[in-house]
Amino acid sequence: MKKTLFDKIWEQHVVDTVDGGRNIIYIDKHFIHEVTSPQAFAGLEKRGVPLFRKEKILATADHNVPTLNQHLPIVDPLSRTQVNTLIKNCEKFGVELYGLGHQYQGIVHVIGPELGITRPGMTIVCGDSHTSTHGAFGSIAFGIGTSQVEQVMTTQCLLLQKPKRMRITIDGELQNGVLSKDIILYILSKLTASGGTGYFIEYAGSTIRSLSMEARMTICNMSIEMGARGGLIAPDEKTFNYIKGRKFAPQGEQFDKAVTFWKTLFTDEDAQFEREYNFKAEDITPMVTYGTNPGMGIKITEAIPEAIDPNNTKSYDKSLKYMNFKTGNSLIGQKINFVFIGSCTNSRIEDLRLVADFVKGKSKASNTTVWIVPGSKQVQLQAQEEGLDKVFEAAGFELREPGCSACLGMNEDKIPKGEYCISTSNRNFEGRQGQGARTILASPLMAAATAVTGKIVDVRELL
Amino acid sequence: MEKFTKINTTVVPLPMEDIDTDQIIPARFLKATTREGFGDNLFRDWRYNQDNTPKDFILNNKIYNGKILVAGKNFGCGSSREHAAWALYDYGFRVVVSSFFADIFKGNALNNGLLPITVPSDFLNDLFLSSEQDPNSDVLVDLEVQKITILDSRKFVEFDIDPYKKMCLINGYDDIDYLISKKGKIEAFEKNQVIF
Repeated sequence: MKKTLFDKIWEQHVVDTVDGGRNIIYIDKHFIHEVTSPQAFAGLEKRGVPLFRKEKILATADHNVPTLNQHLPIVDPLSRTQVNTLIKNCEKFGVELYGLGHQYQGIVHVIGPELGITRPGMTIVCGDSHTSTHGAFGSIAFGIGTSQVEQVMTTQCLLLQKPKRMRITIDGELQNGVLSKDIILYILSKLTASGGTGYFIEYAGSTIRSLSMEARMTICNMSIEMGARGGLIAPDEKTFNYIKGRKFAPQGEQFDKAVTFWKTLFTDEDAQFEREYNFKAEDITPMVTYGTNPGMGIKITEAIPEAIDPNNTKSYDKSLKYMNFKTGNSLIGQKINFVFIGSCTNSRIEDLRLVADFVKGKSKASNTTVWIVPGSKQVQLQAQEEGLDKVFEAAGFELREPGCSACLGMNEDKIPKGEYCISTSNRNFEGRQGQGARTILASPLMAAATAVTGKIVDVRELL
Repeated sequence: MEKFTKINTTVVPLPMEDIDTDQIIPARFLKATTREGFGDNLFRDWRYNQDNTPKDFILNNKIYNGKILVAGKNFGCGSSREHAAWALYDYGFRVVVSSFFADIFKGNALNNGLLPITVPSDFLNDLFLSSEQDPNSDVLVDLEVQKITILDSRKFVEFDIDPYKKMCLINGYDDIDYLISKKGKIEAFEKNQVIF
């Protein structure tokens, strides 16, 4: 039978099938962080069961850490306790931890790939919905709740209903100034915030193939914003070259063997998907969101549309009221005081290079506060090595230390009430970046353009 | 996990769509290291102003004190934080009804004895209407026969639930008990697995 890439990896990880159809799925790699793991460790102790496979777990501190003065003790007592609880748990259970100050610390979905831990054909989970990021390598990667974190800790397995399969194919050449972030915001605007619920998505087509690994990660990262459990892309030479030589990647002969296996990971011709979509790269422009879910996006040249369902506008009305926007208006010219470049969606070295290239010789507008939060210590060091930090400094942008930061506003990095923030992150939910904060999602280039003009512009006009 | 079989209570209607887990429990309340106490901050920013004075929101209206939350489609989207399920349960909810749920939230709810019931949108509207007409109108959820009934009108639908998860809820079992019982198979699988 013809199989999809997803089917192949899934079937390779089925330990057993339970009455009613659920599968016991073996998990190859489990990432944990300070926010969704303490209750799972506590659960283990309460049951009196050991950690089953500690070598398959890797911990980092990212969600609830400051992005300034990371060498000093954390000021907020609750955050300090949470991060210290992770340290204590990792010591007690023998889990490898890349905590604050460690050369490999960073956002969990940035460090996995950059260390060569994330590889094709694997099953990867983490108590974080953006675990879908790792799918860019041709792995089945998805977010789980804390009870499931505990399940994986106790048995290295999860009990799962197999999701349905969807394929989104994008062909053609992207316009100048259009990034992979725009591709995924465009797809989201077509499928809505619930269009992928119940599915696992494979992204395919010539446009996807043309993207770098980091750009692919941005796309897979936001699969969850459509409600999909995850998204994946078949591995190719770009994938193999990206992994080669990384810290935990297979070396020498092992690497060659791995590539031979990885080359079997593709969707067979004529394999069946329950749902398929096709888009043209030429139709995609820089995108911005206008509402309070990531599906509420428009092309930068478009006006805010009417509610999808004219008989049920309650959620739409609430959303526009929160954002203080009106149907029919354009976002071009909207004054913006805060710019956030970071998060597991767009905080990698290529994102920072793009921003630095754009702002070189320019400076931020007088009204904007610009935070650049690198995805990891490695990204931060690389940026410094390449002199990007000097470019940012000259432009008046603040390069901070790694963490999730203003993407979810768990630490001090919050946007004030009523203020707009153009953000390269993944969610524009009410209050996500701070109580009353108004988030507009966009690409790193659109964010950089806003930073220097102080308002929303079509970045293509500045290139 | 507590056992769940049957519940007869009024409902709390929340006719909004795409309610994300950041609304259910904002990130700034995720700093706790235990599972308890999240109910106080359930829908925090919809319930309270920044100065902690109450807003005009359904949970601040004492008439609505039922254990069934009824919400618009795509309930629980966004972050995987299980704290959302803990907050709903801690507040007192035992059932959430919607025309469909985000996958991760649904799984989290089931793992915590909070029953997510997916109903057709017509029936969801019936639930909203019946509560609007009479906030004291009772709804009966019977997990054994997989049926949810608006008692005044006798309107009902039968709902789907994975038979394994149903067994877990009725007996108060969780997945870990089951998976631990499969350790032998898991170890056998590992022996044959080649990972690159």
